Amino acid sequence: MKRIRRSKRKTLSRSKAGTFFIFAFLAVAGAFMLLPIIYVLVTAFKPLNEILAYPPKFFVRNPTWANFSDLIEITQETWIPFERSLFNSLFIAVAGTAAYIIIASMAAYPLAKNKSRYIGVYYQIVVLAILFRPEVTRTPLYIIISKLGLINTYWSLILPVMAGSFGVFLMRQFMITVPNEMLEAARVDGASDFVCFWKLIMPLVRPAWMTLTIFTFKDLWNTGESQYIYEEALKTLTAVMQSISSAGIARAGAGAAVALIMMIPPVTVFVISQSSVMETMSQTGIKG
Amino acid sequence: MSGKKTKKGSIRKWFRSQGSSLIFLAPFTILFVLFTILPIAAAIVLSFTYFNMLSAPTFVGFDNYIRMFFDDDVFLIALKNTAIFAMITGPISYILSFMVAWLINEFNRFVRTVLTLVFYLPSLAGNVYFVWTYIFSGDSYGLLNNLLTKFGITDDAIQWLTDTKYMMVVVIVVILWLSLGTGFLSFVAGLQSMDRELFEAAAIDGVKNRFAELWYVTLPQMGPQLLFGAVMQISTSFAVGYECMNLTGFPSTDYATHTMVLHILDFGQVRFEMGYACAVAVFLFAMMLIMWKAVNKLLSKWS
Repeated sequence: MKRIRRSKRKTLSRSKAGTFFIFAFLAVAGAFMLLPIIYVLVTAFKPLNEILAYPPKFFVRNPTWANFSDLIEITQETWIPFERSLFNSLFIAVAGTAAYIIIASMAAYPLAKNKSRYIGVYYQIVVLAILFRPEVTRTPLYIIISKLGLINTYWSLILPVMAGSFGVFLMRQFMITVPNEMLEAARVDGASDFVCFWKLIMPLVRPAWMTLTIFTFKDLWNTGESQYIYEEALKTLTAVMQSISSAGIARAGAGAAVALIMMIPPVTVFVISQSSVMETMSQTGIKG
Repeated sequence: MSGKKTKKGSIRKWFRSQGSSLIFLAPFTILFVLFTILPIAAAIVLSFTYFNMLSAPTFVGFDNYIRMFFDDDVFLIALKNTAIFAMITGPISYILSFMVAWLINEFNRFVRTVLTLVFYLPSLAGNVYFVWTYIFSGDSYGLLNNLLTKFGITDDAIQWLTDTKYMMVVVIVVILWLSLGTGFLSFVAGLQSMDRELFEAAAIDGVKNRFAELWYVTLPQMGPQLLFGAVMQISTSFAVGYECMNLTGFPSTDYATHTMVLHILDFGQVRFEMGYACAVAVFLFAMMLIMWKAVNKLLSKWS
């Protein structure tokens, strides 16, 4: 045994050609991934004459903040104040994410720790439901949302995301790793299920809810389907971005500026909590 | 939670002992039933009716399903395109996700983290994919056309977003760009948490190169992650539609990039023929379920 331990992972031959191929492939694929994002970044700082230059240049020569002030001006004139749509998006994303973390974690607790047959069946349904995103149930969802009188409310954007089962699945997979002995010990000490959940489970599954925060925040931050919201004052940044980007090349600078603003929050959250994400995602496997 | 003791008990007894479980499940379950289960059930029921949201639904039997295949050429285009996204683009995305995850697993922690971010960025950035319209634009500002004329590959500007010959290609490129999502993260994480000793043992047993290691050691351990990735892939691939709409317009030229999701949107939210839209949705659900069952069987047999 000792001999095996001492032999490093490098015992496997790593051919030079293979290593070269990996670098080449990742460089090409990485460039394909990054270039459009970089293009958004540089376009956001291009002055109008560079945007309209022929032939178009990829990089910016004289960076300027003009597109950001333009963005605020355009939205002020044509739609609604930029701050208002920013607030709409932020409110929907933050409130929706917080609420979903709580209800998804609550639902995940019995799904992870209750061995009852019915709970097991319910879990199977929850996993199967991951298949059906709100995009594919759009029409009946629209009927239900309008029958409930939720058209033109924030709820029409928040609730369908909160009804998704992916978060419950994610939390459940992680809660399963909490040892049962810990729960039993707490219960012997007289802790109720609610105390166990709040004081024991939730702190232990912090990586899972950090991860779920990113996914939910990203989804909510990017929603803004105009089918549910007609009132201009309630529209989100996504809707603003769609209006601006459909206005063509003259608005490309402002479009890139709003795209850049929209990119910052999810990317920041992801970078901060990426180690939690990796810890959580390693639990996402499903048994066939 | 003491679920073990009550296995033989009646449902009422079960309810009494499982009270706290039910309270924990209640908030999510209400939303889940209302906005996930009910839409699916409602779609099934309404698919047998004519319903325009103004008057009550009237029963029409299988008319909507018959119309789909015999009286709606646009549906057949949508079906073909969705099949392309589900059967060709989807599996490519899936394999690409795994391949990139596997390749970046060779690096140390810092490089791996940076590369994970780079490849996940398009999915993370959400709606930023609209930038591709500037790249593929057919007017004099289109980046790709300028590049092609500069190198003398083409003389005339190609109308990438409106010429039916190229539209699907454009959308497929963008879908591939967006393809490294949640499944990819799961693969990266899964590859890191694998048992190192198995690799050492395999090396001693004569596993010679990277591909043999992948085939005999890595993949058999990745079964659960691969299955999870498959769920996520199916749920995205069959739902492609909004990307097409934002890139090539709605409806697109000659419906060249029309998909089932867009067909549902067209009949549901534009023409208000809810019954027919629901029939298309039910057909889409059925396709997704069949695909999931098939993939599930394939992957669990193999790993």
